[in-house]
Amino acid sequence: MFATEQNCWFIRKVVCWRAAASIAWAVLLLPPITAVFVIFSRFSLLHPIQTISECLSLLMSASAIFSFILLCGVILMVGFLNLEYYTVIPTIACSKIALLGQLLHPRQFVSSLVHCIMGIIVAWCCAVTIGGRYETLCYPCTQSDGSPQMCLNEYHLILLLAGAFVGLSHSLLAVIYNLNYVSFHTVQQYKYLHFKGSLPLVIKCSTTQALYFIRNYIVVYFFLGYIPKAWICKTLSLHLNSSAHPLDSVAGLLDLSLLYHLWISASFLLFTWYITVLLFRIFITEGCSFPVQSSFTEDAHQCLPKVLTDKQPMILKFLALHDLALLSQHSPSRRYEVFSLSQPGGHPHNWNAISKECLSLLADLTQRLVAYHDTVATNGRAKSLSTGSERKTSSESSGTDEPNSPRPTLLMRTPASVFARSIVGGPQSPLTAPFTPDIDSPFASPALRRLTAPVQQCSPWYGTVQSPHIMRRAPKLWSTSTDSQVGGSWPPSPTSVSSPKQESSKPSLLTQFLQNRKEQVKHFLAKRVLIMYLFNKLPEASSQALFADSQAHIWALEGLSYLVQASFSEDQFGVVQTTLPSILSCMLVLQEAVDRHFKLPHASSKPVRSTSSMEDSSYKTLRFALRATLKTAIYRITTTFGDHLKAVQMSAEHRKRLQQFLEYKE
Amino acid sequence: MCSLALFPPPLPCGQTTLCESNNELLPGSNIEDRLKDSSPLSLYFPRESLKLHSRTESSSSSKAVFLDHSETLWMRSAAAWRDGGFTGLLNEITNSNSEVPKWMSVSSGCILALLRWVSSFHGSWFPHLTLSCEDMIAEFSQVLNWSDCVVRAFAWHPHTDKFAVALLDDSIKIYNPKSATTPTLKHRLQRSVAAVQWKPLCASALAVACQNCLLVWHVDPCSLSTRPSSGCAQVLSHPGHSPVTSVAWSPNGSLLVSASPMDTAMMVWDVAAESCVPLQRVGGGGVTYVSWSPDGSHVLSSTPSALFRVWETRMWTCERWPCVKGRCQSGCWSPDGSRLLFSVQEETVIYALTFTDAPGVPTSTSKGPQAAAVVADLSETTFNTTDGDIIVGGEIQSLAWDPRGERLAVLLKGDPQAAARPAVIAVFKTRTNPIFELLPCGFVQGEPGAEPRLMQFHPNFQHGALLTVCWSTGRITHVPFYFLSASVNCFGLTRSPSLPCPQERPDDFANQSLFTELIS
Repeated sequence: MFATEQNCWFIRKVVCWRAAASIAWAVLLLPPITAVFVIFSRFSLLHPIQTISECLSLLMSASAIFSFILLCGVILMVGFLNLEYYTVIPTIACSKIALLGQLLHPRQFVSSLVHCIMGIIVAWCCAVTIGGRYETLCYPCTQSDGSPQMCLNEYHLILLLAGAFVGLSHSLLAVIYNLNYVSFHTVQQYKYLHFKGSLPLVIKCSTTQALYFIRNYIVVYFFLGYIPKAWICKTLSLHLNSSAHPLDSVAGLLDLSLLYHLWISASFLLFTWYITVLLFRIFITEGCSFPVQSSFTEDAHQCLPKVLTDKQPMILKFLALHDLALLSQHSPSRRYEVFSLSQPGGHPHNWNAISKECLSLLADLTQRLVAYHDTVATNGRAKSLSTGSERKTSSESSGTDEPNSPRPTLLMRTPASVFARSIVGGPQSPLTAPFTPDIDSPFASPALRRLTAPVQQCSPWYGTVQSPHIMRRAPKLWSTSTDSQVGGSWPPSPTSVSSPKQESSKPSLLTQFLQNRKEQVKHFLAKRVLIMYLFNKLPEASSQALFADSQAHIWALEGLSYLVQASFSEDQFGVVQTTLPSILSCMLVLQEAVDRHFKLPHASSKPVRSTSSMEDSSYKTLRFALRATLKTAIYRITTTFGDHLKAVQMSAEHRKRLQQFLEYKE
Repeated sequence: MCSLALFPPPLPCGQTTLCESNNELLPGSNIEDRLKDSSPLSLYFPRESLKLHSRTESSSSSKAVFLDHSETLWMRSAAAWRDGGFTGLLNEITNSNSEVPKWMSVSSGCILALLRWVSSFHGSWFPHLTLSCEDMIAEFSQVLNWSDCVVRAFAWHPHTDKFAVALLDDSIKIYNPKSATTPTLKHRLQRSVAAVQWKPLCASALAVACQNCLLVWHVDPCSLSTRPSSGCAQVLSHPGHSPVTSVAWSPNGSLLVSASPMDTAMMVWDVAAESCVPLQRVGGGGVTYVSWSPDGSHVLSSTPSALFRVWETRMWTCERWPCVKGRCQSGCWSPDGSRLLFSVQEETVIYALTFTDAPGVPTSTSKGPQAAAVVADLSETTFNTTDGDIIVGGEIQSLAWDPRGERLAVLLKGDPQAAARPAVIAVFKTRTNPIFELLPCGFVQGEPGAEPRLMQFHPNFQHGALLTVCWSTGRITHVPFYFLSASVNCFGLTRSPSLPCPQERPDDFANQSLFTELIS
């Protein structure tokens, strides 16, 4: 994977250098951070002068330099992992099982293992730096009968294990909270100021996070601490000092100095890693200026119109769109190049390429939203062709609105679709199955649920008739855009589904039996609480997943609208006029789709904001940002052109919609 | 340099300023006549009609009424920690000395005293930190005598003829001449409204600066509801960022900037995502007033000490502008964003700063001006009128520049004790080409006993400029200035290309008569 990406000039020339610079800065910042850590870890209130002189001599010692080299290695590794695992489009798990799948993915397993080992290394460095009773793993002691032997130093062990635990927790939390997601800031700042502004947050995050990790670690060590202790003693043939307190006891763990040292070491570890992540994010999201057109053909692949259309790598596309949004807003000279005509021929190639790419991005999103809406709308009940655009999606309304709807059919599908989620909505697909508060949710009314079971058991044609439909329906219900049938051309009448006449080809007895068993197993599983917990959709996750890459759409909208606005006074050849109708209709169609999406349950509920975590939760609110940007973009065009828009060709419906915008009534 | 001595004398008592026509301000005497045929947008909020809730009781006394006192110490400590933070917890421990060990209450008392001593030290460095919340808003608000004001904030919608009025009873009303409904916005957190502003390029969003947070209302213009639910409001808050005294939307509608005198950071909000970026700089001790230049390239942010900053919005770097005497009280931008006029507390002059860099030049390091120039002197001037001597002049409360850049309104504080020194609005004619000039126009006066508190220009008035004034009596009047924009053509060429305002196009003046016309 990494090898294929290497081929791109952008990765080679820009991204790698940016990552290298961020790692270099992180390494440069390591000495002051270590010095602060040393001072904090050895500080004694009674002898401040002595502490400082001790710290200075310690920092000069050979062991300190050796552990410093180790720490540099760790930082390099963290930086490399950042570069390898970063993403600009977050992966959003739509159910608990998908999240579990992410956590157990081999790639993630490697990352966890590496983090664990790095945690041990950092903890070892901390142990050496703190010194005293933490310094070595074993020490000479005398047994009760007086014979000398080597004993295990449990203080050293507890620190090393704490490092491993924190490293592991960090890598797991990174998956859960999308720590490898790199978001672009709404406000551009110079790198130094950006770093300076984020530094207090990083300090706060690392110390509080360390507190939580150490709390969990102490609980784990209290119950399971004897296992690693015994194992180490066995493999290294060490002994346990019977005169010393065992640390996996209440008295042993209530040592304040030990807790403080555990906490400060964990904070140091997390702080160095978070700083590396922060620097990486700052460097990688720095704006990048692409030339609009180049006079040399060999540079043509680096020009904005070409770069915009590239599918891979994603970071390149994002930076190009970011640059487009900036140039359309701030730079008249570069806008002039966009509006210019090609020298022989006089074609507006630049504008055509840019507008085409932006419009295709927006159309793609519209299509996705419409497809999603269709699947959601058909979810609670069999879709009838007559349903208009105003579909109700809640199960209650489907029950009351259509008393004739075949409820048994509807309900029998339930267990199957619950299971189908796990098959189709796999852990890796970013666009996983939708969520609706339909009846197959475990929180739906228990009455309906009870109704389900008897029907399934006593229905004579159970399994034979339903199964083919379920088989056909499963991909249709739970995949979003791949299925061509999404348009809704199958079972025209819901009642026909349950009619036995539909039974055209009789399956063999064996398959029938197998199907029967399968259904029973699924049904059995669906009733178990744990299974339901795992397979149940997380609310609004599917909505988040739908808009996961919407930052690109936001920039496309901004870029297009600013360019159209500027074209009012700057476009000398009228190149924008030719595409204005398609831009407007594209935006209006998207506006309609977005409006419809926000009428779905959970789509407009706001996520809880977390302030004290390194988690970048901006992806959770991208759909709101997109909605606001879309409206502003349309208003930008309508306020600039005003009544001139009446001369633009468009359908009557769009004209009506646009009139609303012209009158400021949206 | 223009001074008040060049102004025409103020109107005699009992006469009010109606409008400007043919280059002079026309007086009107009969108030009743005027009120009869005035537009429906002239409003009157009598003080008595507002239901004021008594806000004198402090939070602790109300707590004593409601909270059950038999709670355990732990519960009370937890509540104190939640409500009042660390100092609240210490207070609670110190006060309940009968239940806690003696050493604990004594030590917490000592820590509390130490904290107070340190904060008093901090407070002596920045005296505004010792003010109460309401006093602080009154001190730094653009409204004259804010705490006594019936109309506490006012905002025209940037594109349509509707406006929002924040009243003394913490409600906001939205008036639209085209619709019969006047929505009233009320929210639990909407207290002590210091400023309101409509989002540009949007029909519905209204930002409200409140005591504890920032609210963004989404008022559907087509909705018939007169009481939008509090679900229509987004609450934007950040720890330490209260009270909010000023808000400013970026002219392209994407970002919102808010300021609080207690917070040294200026917040830049992405409202849709409800995320903010604090922009922190050393010095100043807070941010009191923010104003975005109409072309979107600069932001003025003034601090409670003698220092203000001008941010450029491309990379968000700032220039520091130390003042000699007091803090920057108010400021306004020319429509093309190239010139900033500001006033300084304890000084009676208007300063101007010119930013020559064209917006959109990729280098954000272009240096601005080196020093501010004095453009007008508003020191006290005595006019002999038939009613006796009237002294006009003094410190400046707020400045407003009309969107065409032709009229500048200056709200002068006056002296509330002396009857002969009323607060007045002085209006200047401004010219930007070929050189920047201020020419006297006249004083805007209201009915006797009414003091101007707040003023704002209509953002797109077709026939000149329209100044909306909120008076101390609770009346809101609109004073039109009819003129033909002299520099509309050359201005159209020099304006920022990124912001073509439709109302500035010459074809809008085609339907206007050759002469300036009188009010109907």
